[in-house]
Amino acid sequence: MNVPISPLANARETDASFPVEVYRRDFPILAKTVNGNPLVYLDSAATSQKPRTVLETIERYYTEFNANVHRGVHWLSEQATRLYEDARGKLQRFIGAAEAREIIFVRGATEAINLVAQSFGRTRLQPGDDIIVSHMEHHSNIVPWQILCEQTGANLRVIPIDDAGELQIDAFERMLSPRTKIVAIVHVSNSLGTVNPVERIIRSAHREGARVVLDAAQSVPHMPIDVQSLDCDFCVFSGHKMYGPTGIGVLYGKAEWLEAMPPYQGGGDMIRSVTFEKTTYNTLPYKFEAGTPHIAGAIGLGAAVDYLNSIGMESIRRHEQELLSYAHSRLQTVGNVKIIGNAAKKAAVISFVLDDVHPHDVGTILDQQGIAVRTGHHCCQPVMDRYGIPATVRMSLGLYNNTEDIDALVRGLEVVRQVFGIANV
Amino acid sequence: MSDLRELYQEVILDHHKKPRNFRRLEGDVRRVEGYNPLCGDRFTVYLQMEGDIVKDVAFEGSGCAISTASASMMTESVKGKTRAEAEDMFQKFHALLTSPQIDTTGLGKLAVFAGVREFPVRVKCATLAWHTLHSALQGKEETVSTE
Repeated sequence: MNVPISPLANARETDASFPVEVYRRDFPILAKTVNGNPLVYLDSAATSQKPRTVLETIERYYTEFNANVHRGVHWLSEQATRLYEDARGKLQRFIGAAEAREIIFVRGATEAINLVAQSFGRTRLQPGDDIIVSHMEHHSNIVPWQILCEQTGANLRVIPIDDAGELQIDAFERMLSPRTKIVAIVHVSNSLGTVNPVERIIRSAHREGARVVLDAAQSVPHMPIDVQSLDCDFCVFSGHKMYGPTGIGVLYGKAEWLEAMPPYQGGGDMIRSVTFEKTTYNTLPYKFEAGTPHIAGAIGLGAAVDYLNSIGMESIRRHEQELLSYAHSRLQTVGNVKIIGNAAKKAAVISFVLDDVHPHDVGTILDQQGIAVRTGHHCCQPVMDRYGIPATVRMSLGLYNNTEDIDALVRGLEVVRQVFGIANV
Repeated sequence: MSDLRELYQEVILDHHKKPRNFRRLEGDVRRVEGYNPLCGDRFTVYLQMEGDIVKDVAFEGSGCAISTASASMMTESVKGKTRAEAEDMFQKFHALLTSPQIDTTGLGKLAVFAGVREFPVRVKCATLAWHTLHSALQGKEETVSTE
Protein backbone atom coordinates (compact mmCIF):
# COMPACT_ATOMS: atom_id res chain seq x y z
CA MET A 1 0.00 0.00 0.00
CA ASN A 2 2.84 2.39 0.68
CA VAL A 3 3.43 4.58 -2.32
CA PRO A 4 6.63 6.58 -2.15
CA ILE A 5 6.06 10.29 -2.44
CA SER A 6 7.81 11.76 -5.38
CA PRO A 7 9.91 14.76 -4.39
CA LEU A 8 8.48 16.33 -7.52
CA ALA A 9 5.03 16.33 -6.00
CA ASN A 10 6.22 18.75 -3.34
CA ALA A 11 8.16 20.83 -5.78
CA ARG A 12 5.08 21.40 -7.92
CA GLU A 13 3.53 23.66 -5.39
CA THR A 14 6.23 26.22 -5.83
CA ASP A 15 5.54 26.17 -9.56
CA ALA A 16 5.74 29.83 -10.51
CA SER A 17 3.04 29.39 -13.14
CA PHE A 18 0.50 28.82 -10.37
CA PRO A 19 1.41 30.94 -7.34
CA VAL A 20 -1.11 29.31 -5.01
CA GLU A 21 0.23 31.18 -1.97
CA VAL A 22 -0.57 34.46 -3.70
CA TYR A 23 -4.09 33.30 -4.56
CA ARG A 24 -4.66 32.06 -1.01
CA ARG A 25 -4.27 35.63 0.21
CA ASP A 26 -7.26 36.60 -1.96
CA PHE A 27 -9.51 34.54 0.34
CA PRO A 28 -9.87 36.24 3.75
CA ILE A 29 -11.48 33.21 5.42
CA LEU A 30 -8.37 31.07 4.84
CA ALA A 31 -6.60 33.10 7.54
CA LYS A 32 -9.02 31.83 10.18
CA THR A 33 -8.21 29.38 12.91
CA VAL A 34 -10.76 26.69 13.78
CA ASN A 35 -10.61 24.84 17.09
CA GLY A 36 -7.21 26.39 17.67
CA ASN A 37 -5.74 25.25 14.36
CA PRO A 38 -5.31 27.02 11.03
CA LEU A 39 -8.31 26.28 8.83
CA VAL A 40 -7.68 23.57 6.26
CA TYR A 41 -10.62 23.86 3.91
CA LEU A 42 -11.20 20.71 1.88
CA ASP A 43 -14.93 21.07 1.26
CA SER A 44 -15.15 23.21 -1.87
CA ALA A 45 -17.47 20.72 -3.57
CA ALA A 46 -20.06 21.66 -0.94
CA THR A 47 -19.33 25.34 -1.36
CA SER A 48 -16.21 27.24 -2.29
CA GLN A 49 -14.76 30.13 -0.32
CA LYS A 50 -15.10 33.63 -1.73
CA PRO A 51 -12.28 35.88 -2.89
CA ARG A 52 -12.15 39.44 -1.59
CA THR A 53 -13.02 40.84 -5.02
CA VAL A 54 -16.41 39.10 -4.91
CA LEU A 55 -17.10 40.34 -1.38
CA GLU A 56 -16.09 43.87 -2.30
CA THR A 57 -18.13 43.87 -5.50
CA ILE A 58 -21.25 42.92 -3.58
CA GLU A 59 -20.61 45.55 -0.94
CA ARG A 60 -19.93 48.18 -3.61
CA TYR A 61 -23.15 47.29 -5.39
CA TYR A 62 -25.21 47.79 -2.24
CA THR A 63 -23.25 50.87 -1.21
CA GLU A 64 -23.23 52.70 -4.52
CA PHE A 65 -25.68 51.26 -7.05
CA ASN A 66 -28.52 49.48 -5.29
CA ALA A 67 -31.79 49.80 -7.20
CA ASN A 68 -34.25 47.49 -8.89
CA VAL A 69 -33.42 46.41 -12.42
CA HIS A 70 -35.36 46.84 -15.67
CA ARG A 71 -37.80 49.20 -13.98
CA GLY A 72 -36.65 52.65 -13.03
CA VAL A 73 -35.88 55.53 -15.33
CA HIS A 74 -33.59 56.90 -12.65
CA TRP A 75 -29.82 56.80 -12.73
CA LEU A 76 -29.37 54.17 -10.02
CA SER A 77 -31.72 51.75 -11.71
CA GLU A 78 -29.85 52.22 -14.97
CA GLN A 79 -26.57 51.47 -13.22
CA ALA A 80 -27.96 48.40 -11.47
CA THR A 81 -29.46 47.13 -14.73
CA ARG A 82 -26.19 47.65 -16.57
CA LEU A 83 -24.20 45.79 -13.89
CA TYR A 84 -26.73 42.96 -13.81
CA GLU A 85 -26.72 42.56 -17.60
CA ASP A 86 -22.92 42.89 -17.71
CA ALA A 87 -22.79 39.91 -15.34
CA ARG A 88 -24.99 37.94 -17.74
CA GLY A 89 -22.55 38.73 -20.55
CA LYS A 90 -19.62 37.57 -18.41
CA LEU A 91 -21.34 34.23 -17.77
CA GLN A 92 -22.19 33.90 -21.46
CA ARG A 93 -18.56 34.31 -22.51
CA PHE A 94 -17.31 32.15 -19.61
CA ILE A 95 -19.18 29.07 -20.83
CA GLY A 96 -19.08 29.93 -24.52
CA ALA A 97 -22.82 30.45 -25.04
CA ALA A 98 -23.86 31.89 -28.39
CA GLU A 99 -26.04 34.65 -26.94
CA ALA A 100 -26.52 36.42 -23.60
CA ARG A 101 -30.27 35.65 -23.65
CA GLU A 102 -29.38 31.97 -23.31
CA ILE A 103 -28.16 32.68 -19.76
CA ILE A 104 -31.03 32.53 -17.24
CA PHE A 105 -30.22 33.57 -13.68
CA VAL A 106 -31.74 31.15 -11.18
CA ARG A 107 -31.09 30.27 -7.53
CA GLY A 108 -28.73 27.45 -8.35
CA ALA A 109 -28.29 24.21 -10.25
CA THR A 110 -31.21 22.60 -8.41
CA GLU A 111 -33.67 25.28 -9.47
CA ALA A 112 -32.32 25.15 -13.02
CA ILE A 113 -33.00 21.40 -13.27
CA ASN A 114 -36.49 21.83 -11.85
CA LEU A 115 -37.12 24.60 -14.37
CA VAL A 116 -36.11 22.39 -17.30
CA ALA A 117 -38.11 19.43 -15.96
CA GLN A 118 -41.28 21.43 -15.45
CA SER A 119 -41.13 23.82 -18.38
CA PHE A 120 -39.38 21.76 -21.07
CA GLY A 121 -40.20 18.25 -19.89
CA ARG A 122 -43.77 18.57 -18.80
CA THR A 123 -44.99 19.98 -22.09
CA ARG A 124 -43.19 17.39 -24.20
CA LEU A 125 -43.24 14.05 -22.44
CA GLN A 126 -45.83 11.37 -23.12
CA PRO A 127 -46.60 8.19 -21.20
CA GLY A 128 -44.01 5.58 -22.13
CA ASP A 129 -41.26 8.09 -22.94
CA ASP A 130 -37.87 7.61 -21.28
CA ILE A 131 -35.77 9.96 -19.19
CA ILE A 132 -32.25 8.67 -18.64
CA VAL A 133 -30.11 9.62 -15.65
CA SER A 134 -27.06 7.88 -14.23
CA HIS A 135 -26.46 5.99 -11.02
CA MET A 136 -24.04 8.70 -9.86
CA GLU A 137 -26.45 11.64 -10.02
CA HIS A 138 -26.92 14.04 -7.15
CA HIS A 139 -30.42 13.80 -5.66
CA SER A 140 -31.16 17.12 -7.37
CA ASN A 141 -30.72 15.44 -10.76
CA ILE A 142 -32.91 12.49 -9.80
CA VAL A 143 -35.89 13.81 -7.85
CA PRO A 144 -37.08 16.51 -10.33
CA TRP A 145 -37.18 13.80 -13.03
CA GLN A 146 -39.04 11.40 -10.75
CA ILE A 147 -41.62 14.12 -10.16
CA LEU A 148 -41.85 14.65 -13.92
CA CYS A 149 -42.30 10.90 -14.47
CA GLU A 150 -45.19 10.87 -12.02
CA GLN A 151 -46.78 13.81 -13.81
CA THR A 152 -46.37 12.52 -17.36
CA GLY A 153 -46.20 8.73 -17.14
CA ALA A 154 -42.64 8.73 -18.48
CA ASN A 155 -40.11 6.17 -17.22
CA LEU A 156 -36.87 6.92 -15.42
CA ARG A 157 -33.97 4.77 -16.60
CA VAL A 158 -30.60 4.62 -14.92
CA ILE A 159 -27.16 4.21 -16.48
CA PRO A 160 -25.22 1.75 -14.28
CA ILE A 161 -21.72 2.42 -12.97
CA ASP A 162 -18.88 -0.03 -12.52
CA ASP A 163 -16.71 -0.71 -9.47
CA ALA A 164 -14.26 2.02 -10.41
CA GLY A 165 -17.05 4.58 -10.53
CA GLU A 166 -17.25 4.93 -14.31
CA LEU A 167 -20.42 5.02 -16.34
CA GLN A 168 -21.16 1.90 -18.36
CA ILE A 169 -21.39 3.72 -21.65
CA ASP A 170 -22.28 0.64 -23.67
CA ALA A 171 -25.26 0.04 -21.42
CA PHE A 172 -26.27 3.67 -21.91
CA GLU A 173 -26.12 3.39 -25.66
CA ARG A 174 -28.21 0.24 -25.62
CA MET A 175 -30.74 2.07 -23.44
CA LEU A 176 -31.22 4.83 -25.99
CA SER A 177 -34.22 4.59 -28.28
CA PRO A 178 -36.64 6.89 -30.06
CA ARG A 179 -38.59 6.91 -26.77
CA THR A 180 -35.67 8.65 -25.03
CA LYS A 181 -36.62 12.30 -24.69
CA ILE A 182 -34.24 13.61 -22.03
CA VAL A 183 -30.80 12.53 -20.86
CA ALA A 184 -29.84 14.28 -17.61
CA ILE A 185 -26.23 13.62 -16.77
CA VAL A 186 -23.64 14.90 -14.36
CA HIS A 187 -20.38 16.17 -15.84
CA VAL A 188 -18.23 15.61 -12.73
CA SER A 189 -19.58 13.44 -9.91
CA ASN A 190 -19.70 15.22 -6.55
CA SER A 191 -19.32 11.95 -4.65
CA LEU A 192 -16.83 9.99 -6.79
CA GLY A 193 -14.99 12.71 -8.70
CA THR A 194 -15.53 10.87 -11.98
CA VAL A 195 -15.33 13.03 -15.11
CA ASN A 196 -17.91 11.59 -17.47
CA PRO A 197 -17.41 11.35 -21.25
CA VAL A 198 -20.18 13.85 -21.88
CA GLU A 199 -19.16 14.63 -25.47
CA ARG A 200 -19.90 11.05 -26.45
CA ILE A 201 -23.06 10.93 -24.34
CA ILE A 202 -24.38 14.09 -25.98
CA ARG A 203 -23.57 12.84 -29.49
CA SER A 204 -25.24 9.49 -28.86
CA ALA A 205 -28.32 11.09 -27.29
CA HIS A 206 -28.69 13.52 -30.18
CA ARG A 207 -28.57 10.67 -32.69
CA GLU A 208 -31.80 9.41 -31.11
CA GLY A 209 -33.30 12.88 -30.96
CA ALA A 210 -33.03 13.15 -27.17
CA ARG A 211 -32.15 16.44 -25.43
CA VAL A 212 -29.31 16.57 -22.93
CA VAL A 213 -29.30 18.40 -19.59
CA LEU A 214 -25.75 18.68 -18.30
CA ASP A 215 -25.27 19.08 -14.54
CA ALA A 216 -22.06 21.08 -14.56
CA ALA A 217 -22.14 22.18 -10.90
CA GLN A 218 -18.88 20.34 -10.19
CA SER A 219 -17.17 20.96 -13.54
CA VAL A 220 -17.61 24.67 -14.24
CA PRO A 221 -15.48 25.64 -11.18
CA HIS A 222 -12.66 23.28 -12.15
CA MET A 223 -12.12 23.26 -15.92
CA PRO A 224 -12.79 25.24 -19.07
CA ILE A 225 -16.33 24.61 -20.37
CA ASP A 226 -17.67 25.46 -23.80
CA VAL A 227 -21.36 24.69 -24.16
CA GLN A 228 -21.31 25.17 -27.92
CA SER A 229 -18.54 22.68 -28.57
CA LEU A 230 -20.13 20.26 -26.07
CA ASP A 231 -23.41 20.86 -27.89
CA CYS A 232 -25.48 20.21 -24.74
CA ASP A 233 -29.06 21.47 -24.90
CA PHE A 234 -29.09 22.70 -21.30
CA CYS A 235 -26.31 23.24 -18.80
CA VAL A 236 -26.83 24.06 -15.12
CA PHE A 237 -24.46 25.24 -12.39
CA SER A 238 -24.39 27.08 -9.07
CA GLY A 239 -22.54 30.30 -8.32
CA HIS A 240 -21.51 29.39 -4.79
CA LYS A 241 -19.40 26.45 -5.92
CA MET A 242 -17.42 28.68 -8.30
CA TYR A 243 -16.30 31.32 -5.78
CA GLY A 244 -19.48 33.38 -6.14
CA PRO A 245 -22.26 34.03 -3.62
CA THR A 246 -24.99 31.60 -2.59
CA GLY A 247 -28.47 31.93 -4.01
CA ILE A 248 -27.44 32.54 -7.61
CA GLY A 249 -26.85 30.09 -10.40
CA VAL A 250 -27.24 29.67 -14.11
CA LEU A 251 -29.45 27.82 -16.48
CA TYR A 252 -27.96 27.81 -19.96
CA GLY A 253 -30.30 26.62 -22.70
CA LYS A 254 -30.12 26.74 -26.46
CA ALA A 255 -32.30 29.66 -27.54
CA GLU A 256 -34.47 27.46 -29.75
CA TRP A 257 -35.58 25.41 -26.72
CA LEU A 258 -35.92 28.32 -24.33
CA GLU A 259 -38.01 30.21 -26.88
CA ALA A 260 -40.42 27.31 -27.18
CA MET A 261 -40.74 26.70 -23.43
CA PRO A 262 -43.59 28.13 -21.33
CA PRO A 263 -42.68 30.25 -18.28
CA TYR A 264 -41.74 28.38 -15.11
CA GLN A 265 -43.02 31.00 -12.67
CA GLY A 266 -45.31 33.97 -13.15
CA GLY A 267 -44.65 37.41 -11.76
CA GLY A 268 -43.02 40.72 -12.45
CA ASP A 269 -40.29 41.17 -15.05
CA MET A 270 -41.35 38.02 -16.94
CA ILE A 271 -44.30 39.72 -18.61
CA ARG A 272 -44.68 42.22 -21.38
CA SER A 273 -48.29 43.19 -20.73
CA VAL A 274 -50.93 42.00 -18.33
CA THR A 275 -54.69 42.31 -18.53
CA PHE A 276 -57.15 40.05 -16.78
CA GLU A 277 -57.96 38.53 -20.17
CA LYS A 278 -54.48 37.96 -21.54
CA THR A 279 -50.87 38.21 -20.46
CA THR A 280 -48.04 38.46 -22.95
CA TYR A 281 -44.75 37.05 -21.79
CA ASN A 282 -41.48 38.85 -21.99
CA THR A 283 -38.68 37.76 -24.28
CA LEU A 284 -35.65 35.73 -23.24
CA PRO A 285 -34.06 35.67 -20.77
CA TYR A 286 -36.65 37.64 -18.75
CA LYS A 287 -39.45 35.17 -19.45
CA PHE A 288 -37.75 32.89 -16.93
CA GLU A 289 -36.76 35.52 -14.38
CA ALA A 290 -40.01 36.29 -12.57
CA GLY A 291 -39.79 38.72 -9.67
CA THR A 292 -36.88 40.87 -8.61
CA PRO A 293 -33.83 38.74 -9.29
CA HIS A 294 -30.83 38.24 -7.01
CA ILE A 295 -29.17 41.33 -8.45
CA ALA A 296 -26.26 41.46 -6.01
CA GLY A 297 -25.74 37.73 -6.43
CA ALA A 298 -25.53 37.94 -10.20
CA ILE A 299 -23.12 40.87 -10.02
CA GLY A 300 -21.05 39.02 -7.41
CA LEU A 301 -21.00 35.95 -9.64
CA GLY A 302 -19.81 38.14 -12.49
CA ALA A 303 -16.92 39.25 -10.25
CA ALA A 304 -16.13 35.59 -9.53
CA VAL A 305 -15.96 34.95 -13.29
CA ASP A 306 -13.58 37.89 -13.68
CA TYR A 307 -11.44 36.46 -10.91
CA LEU A 308 -11.37 32.97 -12.48
CA ASN A 309 -10.50 34.48 -15.87
CA SER A 310 -7.63 36.43 -14.32
CA ILE A 311 -6.10 33.11 -13.24
CA GLY A 312 -7.27 31.03 -16.18
CA MET A 313 -9.43 27.93 -16.03
CA GLU A 314 -6.83 25.79 -17.74
CA SER A 315 -4.26 26.77 -15.08
CA ILE A 316 -6.76 25.98 -12.35
CA ARG A 317 -7.51 22.62 -13.92
CA ARG A 318 -3.82 21.74 -14.10
CA HIS A 319 -3.13 22.86 -10.52
CA GLU A 320 -6.04 20.86 -9.15
CA GLN A 321 -5.12 17.80 -11.21
CA GLU A 322 -1.60 17.81 -9.79
CA LEU A 323 -2.93 18.26 -6.30
CA LEU A 324 -5.46 15.48 -6.83
CA SER A 325 -2.80 12.97 -7.83
CA TYR A 326 -0.66 14.13 -4.90
CA ALA A 327 -3.63 13.54 -2.59
CA HIS A 328 -4.34 10.14 -4.12
CA SER A 329 -0.81 8.93 -3.51
CA ARG A 330 -0.60 10.47 -0.01
CA LEU A 331 -3.92 8.99 1.10
CA GLN A 332 -2.79 5.57 -0.03
CA THR A 333 0.03 5.76 2.52
CA VAL A 334 -2.52 5.99 5.35
CA GLY A 335 -3.33 2.53 6.68
CA ASN A 336 -6.93 1.35 6.37
CA VAL A 337 -7.90 4.05 3.87
CA LYS A 338 -9.96 2.84 0.94
CA ILE A 339 -10.69 5.27 -1.87
CA ILE A 340 -14.23 5.06 -3.29
CA GLY A 341 -14.18 5.96 -6.96
CA ASN A 342 -11.13 5.17 -9.02
CA ALA A 343 -12.15 6.36 -12.45
CA ALA A 344 -9.38 7.00 -14.97
CA LYS A 345 -10.49 10.62 -15.26
CA LYS A 346 -11.29 12.41 -12.00
CA ALA A 347 -11.54 16.01 -10.88
CA ALA A 348 -11.26 17.80 -7.54
CA VAL A 349 -12.92 15.13 -5.37
CA ILE A 350 -11.70 12.11 -3.42
CA SER A 351 -14.16 10.05 -1.41
CA PHE A 352 -12.79 7.49 0.99
CA VAL A 353 -13.55 5.34 3.98
CA LEU A 354 -11.34 4.34 6.86
CA ASP A 355 -11.85 0.69 7.88
CA ASP A 356 -13.69 0.32 11.18
CA VAL A 357 -14.18 4.05 11.68
CA HIS A 358 -17.44 5.65 10.64
CA PRO A 359 -17.03 8.76 8.43
CA HIS A 360 -18.92 10.82 10.98
CA ASP A 361 -16.26 10.05 13.61
CA VAL A 362 -13.51 10.83 11.11
CA GLY A 363 -15.17 14.17 10.37
CA THR A 364 -15.40 15.16 14.04
CA ILE A 365 -11.78 14.28 14.76
CA LEU A 366 -10.56 16.14 11.67
CA ASP A 367 -12.68 19.14 12.62
CA GLN A 368 -10.94 19.29 16.00
CA GLN A 369 -7.76 19.83 14.01
CA GLY A 370 -9.30 22.59 11.91
CA ILE A 371 -9.77 20.36 8.87
CA ALA A 372 -13.08 20.77 7.07
CA VAL A 373 -14.22 17.78 5.03
CA ARG A 374 -17.67 16.54 4.16
CA THR A 375 -18.93 13.32 5.65
CA GLY A 376 -22.16 11.57 4.75
CA HIS A 377 -23.89 10.41 1.61
CA HIS A 378 -23.26 13.68 -0.29
CA CYS A 379 -26.88 13.69 -1.51
CA CYS A 380 -26.01 10.56 -3.49
CA GLN A 381 -27.68 7.71 -1.61
CA PRO A 382 -27.82 5.49 -4.74
CA VAL A 383 -24.02 5.78 -5.03
CA MET A 384 -23.56 4.78 -1.39
CA ASP A 385 -25.91 1.81 -1.89
CA ARG A 386 -23.95 0.79 -4.99
CA TYR A 387 -20.79 0.44 -2.90
CA GLY A 388 -22.59 -0.96 0.14
CA ILE A 389 -21.52 1.83 2.47
CA PRO A 390 -23.63 4.28 4.48
CA ALA A 391 -21.36 7.24 3.92
CA THR A 392 -17.89 8.40 2.94
CA VAL A 393 -15.42 11.05 3.94
CA ARG A 394 -14.99 13.44 1.05
CA MET A 395 -12.14 15.85 0.51
CA SER A 396 -12.62 18.27 -2.33
CA LEU A 397 -10.34 20.87 -3.81
CA GLY A 398 -10.47 24.49 -4.80
CA LEU A 399 -7.90 26.61 -6.56
CA TYR A 400 -6.57 27.77 -3.16
CA ASN A 401 -5.63 24.34 -1.86
CA ASN A 402 -1.98 23.37 -1.62
CA THR A 403 0.06 20.30 -0.74
CA GLU A 404 0.18 21.44 2.90
CA ASP A 405 -3.60 21.03 3.08
CA ILE A 406 -3.22 17.43 1.90
CA ASP A 407 -0.37 16.82 4.36
CA ALA A 408 -2.56 18.19 7.17
CA LEU A 409 -5.35 15.80 6.15
CA VAL A 410 -2.96 12.86 6.21
CA ARG A 411 -1.70 13.87 9.67
CA GLY A 412 -5.29 14.31 10.78
CA LEU A 413 -6.16 10.80 9.65
CA GLU A 414 -3.26 9.48 11.71
CA VAL A 415 -4.85 11.14 14.74
CA VAL A 416 -8.11 9.37 13.89
CA ARG A 417 -6.22 6.08 13.88
CA GLN A 418 -4.63 6.92 17.23
CA VAL A 419 -7.96 7.82 18.85
CA PHE A 420 -9.48 4.59 17.60
CA GLY A 421 -6.44 2.58 18.55
CA ILE A 422 -5.81 1.24 15.07
CA ALA A 423 -2.27 -0.11 14.99
CA ASN A 424 0.07 0.90 12.22
CA VAL A 425 0.33 -1.75 9.55
CA MET B 1 -7.10 16.50 21.83
CA SER B 2 -8.56 16.80 25.35
CA ASP B 3 -12.08 17.34 23.99
CA LEU B 4 -11.59 14.38 21.69
CA ARG B 5 -10.57 12.17 24.60
CA GLU B 6 -13.66 13.36 26.46
CA LEU B 7 -15.77 12.33 23.48
CA TYR B 8 -14.05 9.09 22.59
CA GLN B 9 -13.54 7.67 26.06
CA GLU B 10 -12.24 4.13 26.42
CA VAL B 11 -15.61 2.81 27.50
CA ILE B 12 -17.24 4.31 24.40
CA LEU B 13 -14.60 2.88 22.08
CA ASP B 14 -14.95 -0.49 23.79
CA HIS B 15 -18.73 -0.58 23.27
CA HIS B 16 -18.20 0.55 19.67
CA LYS B 17 -15.82 -2.32 18.97
CA LYS B 18 -17.78 -4.93 20.93
CA PRO B 19 -21.39 -3.78 21.09
CA ARG B 20 -23.38 -5.63 23.77
CA ASN B 21 -26.79 -7.15 23.03
CA PHE B 22 -26.08 -6.73 19.33
CA ARG B 23 -28.56 -9.26 18.03
CA ARG B 24 -32.08 -9.76 16.82
CA LEU B 25 -34.85 -10.76 19.23
CA GLU B 26 -37.46 -13.15 17.88
CA GLY B 27 -40.97 -13.91 19.04
CA ASP B 28 -43.28 -11.53 20.84
CA VAL B 29 -41.10 -8.43 20.73
CA ARG B 30 -41.53 -4.79 19.83
CA ARG B 31 -39.32 -3.74 16.97
CA VAL B 32 -38.69 -0.07 16.10
CA GLU B 33 -36.25 1.41 13.62
CA GLY B 34 -34.26 4.55 14.28
CA TYR B 35 -32.74 6.50 11.43
CA ASN B 36 -30.53 9.57 11.23
CA PRO B 37 -30.81 10.71 7.61
CA LEU B 38 -28.01 13.23 8.11
CA CYS B 39 -25.30 10.62 8.57
CA GLY B 40 -27.07 7.39 7.64
CA ASP B 41 -27.02 5.83 11.12
CA ARG B 42 -29.70 3.15 11.21
CA PHE B 43 -30.59 0.92 14.15
CA THR B 44 -33.35 -1.51 14.94
CA VAL B 45 -34.18 -1.76 18.63
CA TYR B 46 -35.90 -4.93 19.86
CA LEU B 47 -37.79 -4.76 23.12
CA GLN B 48 -39.28 -7.69 24.98
CA MET B 49 -41.59 -6.75 27.84
CA GLU B 50 -42.80 -9.06 30.55
CA GLY B 51 -45.65 -7.26 32.17
CA ASP B 52 -44.15 -3.95 33.16
CA ILE B 53 -40.55 -5.16 33.09
CA VAL B 54 -38.01 -4.85 30.29
CA LYS B 55 -37.23 -8.55 30.03
CA ASP B 56 -34.80 -8.23 27.16
CA VAL B 57 -33.58 -5.50 24.85
CA ALA B 58 -31.21 -5.72 21.89
CA PHE B 59 -30.29 -3.88 18.74
CA GLU B 60 -28.92 -4.30 15.23
CA GLY B 61 -27.74 -1.88 12.60
CA SER B 62 -24.85 0.37 11.79
CA GLY B 63 -23.69 3.77 12.81
CA CYS B 64 -20.80 5.83 14.09
CA ALA B 65 -18.89 5.05 17.28
CA ILE B 66 -21.01 7.39 19.38
CA SER B 67 -24.35 6.05 18.22
CA THR B 68 -23.26 2.40 18.39
CA ALA B 69 -21.75 2.74 21.86
CA SER B 70 -24.79 4.63 23.07
CA ALA B 71 -27.14 1.91 21.78
CA SER B 72 -24.99 -0.79 23.37
CA MET B 73 -24.80 0.92 26.76
CA MET B 74 -28.50 1.71 26.64
CA THR B 75 -29.39 -1.97 26.33
CA GLU B 76 -27.23 -2.78 29.34
CA SER B 77 -28.69 -0.04 31.47
CA VAL B 78 -32.42 -0.64 30.89
CA LYS B 79 -32.55 -4.42 30.94
CA GLY B 80 -34.53 -5.59 33.97
CA LYS B 81 -35.90 -2.12 34.67
CA THR B 82 -39.58 -1.27 34.83
CA ARG B 83 -41.10 0.68 32.00
CA ALA B 84 -41.25 3.79 34.19
CA GLU B 85 -37.60 3.41 35.22
CA ALA B 86 -36.51 3.00 31.61
CA GLU B 87 -38.50 6.07 30.58
CA ASP B 88 -36.98 8.01 33.45
CA MET B 89 -33.51 6.99 32.29
CA PHE B 90 -34.31 8.17 28.77
CA GLN B 91 -35.40 11.56 30.14
CA LYS B 92 -32.26 11.87 32.28
CA PHE B 93 -29.97 10.84 29.45
CA HIS B 94 -31.64 13.29 27.10
CA ALA B 95 -31.29 16.04 29.71
CA LEU B 96 -27.62 15.20 30.22
CA LEU B 97 -26.96 16.02 26.58
CA THR B 98 -29.32 18.90 26.02
CA SER B 99 -30.06 20.81 29.22
CA PRO B 100 -27.92 23.76 30.35
CA GLN B 101 -26.75 22.02 33.55
CA ILE B 102 -24.82 18.77 33.64
CA ASP B 103 -26.57 16.32 35.93
CA THR B 104 -25.30 12.74 35.94
CA THR B 105 -27.41 11.61 38.91
CA GLY B 106 -28.72 8.10 38.44
CA LEU B 107 -27.03 7.63 35.09
CA GLY B 108 -24.11 5.47 36.24
CA LYS B 109 -21.77 4.58 33.37
CA LEU B 110 -23.90 6.58 30.94
CA ALA B 111 -22.32 9.73 32.40
CA VAL B 112 -19.42 9.24 29.94
CA PHE B 113 -21.67 10.71 27.26
CA ALA B 114 -21.46 14.14 28.91
CA GLY B 115 -18.48 14.79 26.60
CA VAL B 116 -20.84 14.79 23.62
CA ARG B 117 -22.23 18.13 24.85
CA GLU B 118 -19.15 19.82 23.43
CA PHE B 119 -20.04 18.48 19.97
CA PRO B 120 -23.59 19.70 19.26
CA VAL B 121 -23.84 17.98 15.87
CA ARG B 122 -23.14 14.65 17.56
CA VAL B 123 -25.96 14.87 20.12
CA LYS B 124 -28.29 13.19 17.64
CA CYS B 125 -25.87 10.29 17.33
CA ALA B 126 -25.85 9.71 21.07
CA THR B 127 -29.63 9.95 21.45
CA LEU B 128 -30.77 8.01 18.36
CA ALA B 129 -31.08 4.61 20.05
CA TRP B 130 -32.70 6.18 23.10
CA HIS B 131 -35.36 7.91 21.03
CA THR B 132 -35.98 4.59 19.35
CA LEU B 133 -36.30 2.82 22.71
CA HIS B 134 -38.62 5.57 23.97
CA SER B 135 -40.86 4.92 20.99
CA ALA B 136 -40.77 1.14 21.55
CA LEU B 137 -41.67 1.61 25.22
CA GLN B 138 -44.72 3.57 24.12
CA GLY B 139 -45.70 0.78 21.77
CA LYS B 140 -45.18 2.82 18.59
CA GLU B 141 -44.04 1.08 15.44
CA GLU B 142 -43.11 3.75 12.91
CA THR B 143 -39.48 4.56 12.17
CA VAL B 144 -37.97 7.16 14.45
CA SER B 145 -36.11 9.86 12.56
CA THR B 146 -33.80 12.41 14.10
CA GLU B 147 -34.82 15.01 11.51
